[in-house]
Amino acid sequence: MKINKFVIGGILILGAVVFLIWSSTAATSEYFLTIDELNAKGASVVDRSVRLSGAVIGDTIQYDAQNLRLTFEIAHVPGDQALIDNEGGLAAALHQAAIDPSRARVKVEYIGPLPDLLRNEAQAIVTGKLGEDGVFHAEELLLKCPTKYQEAVPEQASAN
Amino acid sequence: MIADLGYGILVVSFLTALYSVFAAIYGELKKLPNMVESARRAMLLTWPLLTITAGILIYLLTHDHYEVQFVYEVTSRSMPTYLKVTAWWGGQAGSLLFWSWLMSAFTSLVTFKKWDRDREFLPWVVAVGGITLAFFLGMNVFFENPFAQLYQTLDGITPHTFQPAQGVLFTPQDGRGLNPLLRHPGMIIHPPMLYLGFVSFVIPFAFAMAALISGRTDDRWIRLTRRWALWAWLFLSAGLVLGSRWAYDVLGWGGFWGWDPVEIAAFMPWLTGTAFLHSVMIQEKRGMFKHWNMLLIIITYDLVIFGTFLTRSGVLSSVHAFAESAIGPMFFVFIGLTLITSIALVIHRWDSLKSETKMTSLLSREALFLLNNLLFISVLIVCFWGVIYPLVSELFTGQKVTVGPPFYERATGPLFGSLMLLMGIAPLSAWGHSTVKTLGRAIWKPIIGAALVAAYAFATYTHNIIALVGFFLVALVILVTIYEYGRGAYARQRSQGENIFTAFLNLTSRNRRRYGGYIIHLSMMLMAIGILGIEIFQVETQGTIGVGDTMDLSGYTIKYKEVASWDDNASGVNHTRAVVEVYKADGTYLGNLNPRKDFFFDTQQPMTIPGQLASLKDEVYVLLVDWEPINQAGTTFKLIINPLVNWLWLGSFIFIFGIIIAAWPERAERAEARAGKRVPQASAAD
Repeated sequence: MKINKFVIGGILILGAVVFLIWSSTAATSEYFLTIDELNAKGASVVDRSVRLSGAVIGDTIQYDAQNLRLTFEIAHVPGDQALIDNEGGLAAALHQAAIDPSRARVKVEYIGPLPDLLRNEAQAIVTGKLGEDGVFHAEELLLKCPTKYQEAVPEQASAN
Repeated sequence: MIADLGYGILVVSFLTALYSVFAAIYGELKKLPNMVESARRAMLLTWPLLTITAGILIYLLTHDHYEVQFVYEVTSRSMPTYLKVTAWWGGQAGSLLFWSWLMSAFTSLVTFKKWDRDREFLPWVVAVGGITLAFFLGMNVFFENPFAQLYQTLDGITPHTFQPAQGVLFTPQDGRGLNPLLRHPGMIIHPPMLYLGFVSFVIPFAFAMAALISGRTDDRWIRLTRRWALWAWLFLSAGLVLGSRWAYDVLGWGGFWGWDPVEIAAFMPWLTGTAFLHSVMIQEKRGMFKHWNMLLIIITYDLVIFGTFLTRSGVLSSVHAFAESAIGPMFFVFIGLTLITSIALVIHRWDSLKSETKMTSLLSREALFLLNNLLFISVLIVCFWGVIYPLVSELFTGQKVTVGPPFYERATGPLFGSLMLLMGIAPLSAWGHSTVKTLGRAIWKPIIGAALVAAYAFATYTHNIIALVGFFLVALVILVTIYEYGRGAYARQRSQGENIFTAFLNLTSRNRRRYGGYIIHLSMMLMAIGILGIEIFQVETQGTIGVGDTMDLSGYTIKYKEVASWDDNASGVNHTRAVVEVYKADGTYLGNLNPRKDFFFDTQQPMTIPGQLASLKDEVYVLLVDWEPINQAGTTFKLIINPLVNWLWLGSFIFIFGIIIAAWPERAERAEARAGKRVPQASAAD
């Protein structure tokens, strides 16, 4: 009898935690897609919150400071780590994506300050919704510059 | 040449660490005390060796040796010397070496004394410390050599440990420089603090393993390492706080915690460590939870390794992710092996770890401590789930699905709330047996007080239900803690005839862990006020205004005065600095702010530095978004009001202070340490 109340208490707590995790996951999880996957899903993800990853195309960055309206295009980068490794690491994969005109691209729109790390060949991870117009409206913008943190080879080497 | 010397000594340190592991195990198994002594000395030797290695790396960093790949990556000529030194942990190879250096310092500290009373632990502590050290040194030796140099070969310029055939040493003119985002005082101290915390947790783990292997499974290992665990917790906590402050000051999004995988990686060992600090008290006092404590320290140790791995691999998408590299699989193998081995040891000693007393009452203090532990572990499970969910979903559905901050807030919110409630109830409960009646008698006054506070907040501040519940819990914990503190001081005042202030001080110094703990609880509540403020009441706006124009938000007005831009060639930075005046809605002048944008020439990267006007009520946080050099009519600002956030920073100071109080040696230990006697408590703990 004495043991039972602890077991019951434990089961109750466990149940509550499982419920918390399950309901929070169900309510907040988002697809994390590459651009090819986004295009494949097409209309089914319009107006659903998703995360999207791609390489920033530097020439397409436009910033309207009056309205804090930022637009740029991102190009498809494989999501699979093995494919990225095949291309020679993330930095090289981003570079490939940015120079290859045949890669699928998506235009991203973001309202807010111009992020410090936004630059050509940065990896953009954007959270938001794909509009009917095919523009991705980002609510959150995360930028990674692998070259800024670690790179196997200095820039001079790529000229050879 | 000097880089080769550095690598050579690094290899020697690695071999020394390996030797100490084998000598310790072999010596103990074959009953060769000289062999164990030799292992101990080898362990003591690793620290001077690694100090020389680190000295060489620092020499290279500060003397512009850009032919060394690591130096090239993290420093540049324009960086001041102190930044070149701290660039040591600004990249992967260097921070692994930094880890090893700290690890060897700590294991040396522990093995420095000859342990007459705890001889049976020594070989195993040396072995466990040595295995951990050798693993990290091995990463440096085989995968991430900080001394690798750049060579021009037929394939271009590549880094090599040894000069390749037909390779010519290549020295770039200048280094790439440390990421400007990392050139911040908070970011300079943050990694060492985290690492100190990580590494200190290895010591209690090593003793736990020693206890399991040697079969001396009483609470000796806990008493020996209690202080280590507290210091570990102190450093880890300080590291987390500094990291948050850095994010708040530098990342320019007006927040302090983004539930980024790397942040969570540092937070997870903190959670299990906190649970461990609580539950070891039950083992000391009641002889219970012995299996549980073993599991907690094992999990903490592996989370420490996992945390180091997460920050050092590209497995998960994260703003911090330094790199993807070969060391990832190695970390997984190491974590797997240590986890399996240590859990096997716990199972092996299962019977000798049985509880000495039985838990009888649901409201007894030990039951509430158990509940506290379960809640911390629940938060851990939420965090762990969030971090691995993308990998799990990809594995099972082929589709990567992620969760973000809303998931963590939703799932951990009720758990943190329950922890606060527990913080309010537990200090009033009794050991062994408590009933609703006895507890109710003690708690009804604080409950009424807290309800009054919540009612006052409802009338004057907010109608938000989560905030009101939060304020109620904060008030409850503060009142209960002060009540407990006051009761102790009052009793002392009466029995010892001290005045209330002296009674207060003596009370704290006589029972540091308990009253230091209460200070920590109080500081947690101040931090909770700040977190509630920024999470629930943060407001922001943005706009483009001309000189002399104003922008209003939530009772504050900012007025744009001027902007100036200049090059600071000595530091290689262009500064653009705006002057903004802040007024209250009624026109009271509050002060000037200087939001700034710095552009770093070496890395070609801008950095946005907010202007912050702090008060306990609100913080006005202004970002300079964009400006036109010619036409000053249009400068864009983002204005954020963060209510109550400074309680978070105030609380974190008191928090650190409270841990120092709790971790400081007790008077008796200090006196005996002075007298040169070997105190059981202090022999390994100080």
